[in-house]
Parts: sequence; C-alpha cells; structure tokens
Amino acid sequence: MIDLTIAQSKAGLKEKKFSATELTRSYLDRIKATDDKLHAYITVTEDVALEQAKKIDKKGDYSGLLEGIPMNLKDCVCTAGIRTTACSKILENFVPPYNAHMYDRLLDAGTILLGKTNTDEFTMGASSENSYFGVTANPWNTAYVSGGSSGGPAASVAADQCTFSIGTDTGGSIRQPASLCGAVGLKVTYGRVPRYGCIPYASSFDTVGPITKTVEDAALVLQAIAGRSEKDATTPDVPVPDYADFLKEDLTGITLGLPKEYFGQGVDKEVSETVMKGVEVMKQLGAKVIEISLPLTKYAIPTYYILVKSEGSTNMARYDGIKYGHTTDQAKELQDIYMNSRSEGFGDEVKRTIMLGTYALSAGYYDAYYLKAAKVRALMKKEFEEAFEKCDALITPTSPTPTFKIGEKVDDPLAMYMCDVLTVPINLAGICGMSVPAGFSSNGLPISIQIIAGQYKEGNLFHVGHAFEKATEWHKKKPNL
Amino acid sequence: MKLTSEEVKHIARLARLKLTDKEVDKFGEQLSDILSLAKTLEEVDTSKVEPIAQITGLQNVTFKDETEPCELADKLLEQSPMPIQDHMIKVKNVFND
Repeated sequence: MIDLTIAQSKAGLKEKKFSATELTRSYLDRIKATDDKLHAYITVTEDVALEQAKKIDKKGDYSGLLEGIPMNLKDCVCTAGIRTTACSKILENFVPPYNAHMYDRLLDAGTILLGKTNTDEFTMGASSENSYFGVTANPWNTAYVSGGSSGGPAASVAADQCTFSIGTDTGGSIRQPASLCGAVGLKVTYGRVPRYGCIPYASSFDTVGPITKTVEDAALVLQAIAGRSEKDATTPDVPVPDYADFLKEDLTGITLGLPKEYFGQGVDKEVSETVMKGVEVMKQLGAKVIEISLPLTKYAIPTYYILVKSEGSTNMARYDGIKYGHTTDQAKELQDIYMNSRSEGFGDEVKRTIMLGTYALSAGYYDAYYLKAAKVRALMKKEFEEAFEKCDALITPTSPTPTFKIGEKVDDPLAMYMCDVLTVPINLAGICGMSVPAGFSSNGLPISIQIIAGQYKEGNLFHVGHAFEKATEWHKKKPNL
Repeated sequence: MKLTSEEVKHIARLARLKLTDKEVDKFGEQLSDILSLAKTLEEVDTSKVEPIAQITGLQNVTFKDETEPCELADKLLEQSPMPIQDHMIKVKNVFND
C-alpha cells in the first residue's frame, strides 16, 4: 500500500481496506528497509506517527482533507518538541517550542508525521551534499545525488517512504530535486503558503510546498495549507480556489508558451528532446503552443545569487551562539562567542552566503550589487507578466541535466549554482511553477517538465500537469531499491 | 574582479566569521568568481527602474497593536545555551578587563 497516492489512500481508509495505523506501519517498515541506502530521513518520529494514527483510527471517519495520510517534513520546518536542525551543526540539537503554522494546518487536515527529512544546510544548495548529516542518494541510482536542497523530501517520495513530503523552494529547491528523483514538485506563488515557523534562507524568495506522487496529490496538499495567515504578514488576502476544479483531462483553449532561452546553451540535448516530446503530447490534448522570448533569462543567476545571498546573510545574523543553537566553549569575551560559535557551527556554503551578502550590502558596494540586482529583478518580473498576456502557462525543462554523481560539483560552487538556471527566474518573479516527470535519460535517470504560471495561477499548473500526467505513464515508474 | 586576502578577512570580520588562511584563499577565489559574474548585470539598462523588495506588491500590512500573553516566554529562554539568571540570559563580558 506504500505506492498509493493520497487520493487512493483516502479511498482505502474510507472503505476500511486498511487503517491509518497499518498504513503508517508500512511506511515505517519501508523507511527501515531502505533508508540505509538513501539517507533521506534525519529523524524518524515513529512514536508520534503511531500515536497520531491511533487517534485517527479511533475517530474512524477519515473525513478530513488529508486524514490518515502519512507524510514527512523537510528538516527546516519547525515541529514543537521534535528536533529541527536545518541540517546544520549550529542547530544540531535544536528542539523548537512551537510548530510552523503550515504544519498546524496539515495536522488540522489529519496528516501523520513520519519524520524530518534531509536538506542542504539552511536549504543552501542543489545536491543535499551541503547537509551537515551527509548526502541523500538518488533512489534511481545511489551513486547520484537526489538534488537539493529538498533532497530528502524528494527521495523519500520517489522511494515510497511516505505518501507526500513538504519542502521549501527559494530558487528551485522543491522542483529540481523532484525532477532529479522523478516526483511532482510544486513551488507556489510567493506568499501563497505561510512561512511562519519555517527556518528562513532568503525572506523575499522562500516558499513552502508539497512534493507528491501525482499532480492531483499536489493540488490536495495545497488546498490544506494555502491561504492568508495572521502569523505571516507576507501572505496576501487572495482567495484560495477549489483546486480540484482544475484537474481536467484535455487542454482545449489553453495556450502554452515555449521560452526559447530555456532550451539553449547548457541544457542537455536529451533533456530538451524529452521536454519537446511532452509538448507534443500537450498539443494532442488540444493545447495551442507558441514561441516566447524572455531575453533577461541569462541574467537570472547573478541577479538571484546577489539578492539571495544578501538576504541570507541577514537571516544568518540571528545565529549568535547566545539565544539558541550551538555555542563555542572557546570564548573569553562576547566577540569570541559570536566569532567561534558561527565559525564552528556553519558549513562552507553558509559561510560563502554570509560573506557574499555582507559584501554586496556593505557601504560602497550596495548600489553596484544589491540595488542593481533588485532593479533587474523588477525588469524580470515585468518580462514574465508580458509573457503571461500571451499564454496561460510556460513549458520548460526543470533542470538542465538529469542528476549528477555524488561529489562531482561539490568543490565548484559556481557549477552548483548553474543547476538552478531554469528554476531561479520563477522565484525572482514570485510566480509559481511545478515539475512533472516526463521521461528518462539513456542511463535511466528521471527527466521532468517545468510548468510555469503567473502569480496565484496554481490552478493552471494543475490543469496542464494533470492532463499531461493522465496521458502518460512516467509518474507510474518506480525505482528498484 | 579579484578580492585581496585583506578584503576577504575584512568581510569575514564584519560577518563575525573566523577564517583559517586556507579558507581565506579558497573563499577569496570562489567569491571573486561569483562577483565577476554579477558584473554582467552592468549590461542591463536599469536607469528608469524602481528596485523591488516585495514581489507581490503588499504594502503596510498592519495588525492590531495589542499586547497578548506569550506562553512561550519561558520555553524560549530555555533554548539559550547560556546561564539564565533572574529571567535573563547571562552573557560574557563585552569589554576586556
């Protein structure tokens, strides 16, 4: 039963084919059997899960939106009384006193928490190799990375270690690992899901969203967690539609744009060919396809990294060795506590973030770097708005390549940053995007399509994604573990 | 765009990070590469553009200015690795003797 989707599990529970406890136990067994190979989980919350399942079975009506569905959370989502590390040494033993607001919404919907899953330290990375606890392997070939930063969430979904997972996406951290592991990954519009209690990287970019086995499941999870929250002032009061209404099987009346810049230099031929085969399927389903140009795309990586590292350096300032987290035992005075706790507690990518951001924000360089990038960001947002006057969604690859070998890019930060080249523009514009499995490379590694739509147009993603999924079999393929 | 090791050390000091000499060299090179890439943004004409920091256009989001009891206060204080005294965190001395 571990290969069931949310929709199928809900039906099984309601028809009393199995209980929430049986479903939970089968996932716990699966984690025990496979996680030595993958290392997707940082913490398995067996006792919490079984207790939650027991309560739900006792109630017995499985009426909640996600009632009885076992899932996991990326380890940067705060869970009261359960260790939350952001996969950093500096938070190795951090036990938050409160829940992320989004997790409270999931609990209200009736989900069961299986555990906390791996991420690059503070979500900074594209391979999960920056995790203090070590890399998560790709379920399709364990010599390869699961992607990042939500490598643990994506691998755990692909390997049937949960029904779904919650990740975070600042520049591709849900979509890229979902693509590399062959799962569905949804990056919501900025502000669609409250960030309260999710450990921040870059506050004007961070989003929270699901990684699932199908598009329909992504719509179900978003239904449970979307909407304005008093606890997050950046969640606008925009109504949440009934996403199930968008799950249609034909694409008549839909116009799709192909931005030519997303199929150019640096994108594997195998990847662009797979995506174009997918576009043919969408045409057969009734979609009209037009070519679009987004000429600012080539500036996305420098714009993104200047802004994100600036915001990241500011967010990392809270780790002072005093309020919470790791503190040094090598300190005579206050300055030593800051200097030593931070130097001992942070890994290399976080240190690069802090230094690059500090530099870009410092007097004398602020105008040339931060302000310049913030202006280019405004232009990129406008460029997307103009594109969406001509089409309902854009179709691109999610990642320029399939997954890569563990260790291949770990000493070359710039090469690692380039993994995000097709995903960061979406975060710069604050719009939404979803990665959907679309095929495999010649050596059996997953390749995905990225569907992109305007702000609050998640419904368009579900429409196009669901129709494509129903017409193909890619999402049904499972890795051998 | 090449950062000198003095510049790298200065940035690290501002950022409250202590680096080894080896790290100064390594990060210096890596940060220089990234900053060189950022220089390509000069090609974009932004002379008539207002920068944005809030991507969905929200402004002045306000909540009622009322005090509420915080049940978490003690739990938050317990998070500190420092000694707690009279409901306060006791830190090391700020100045040398």
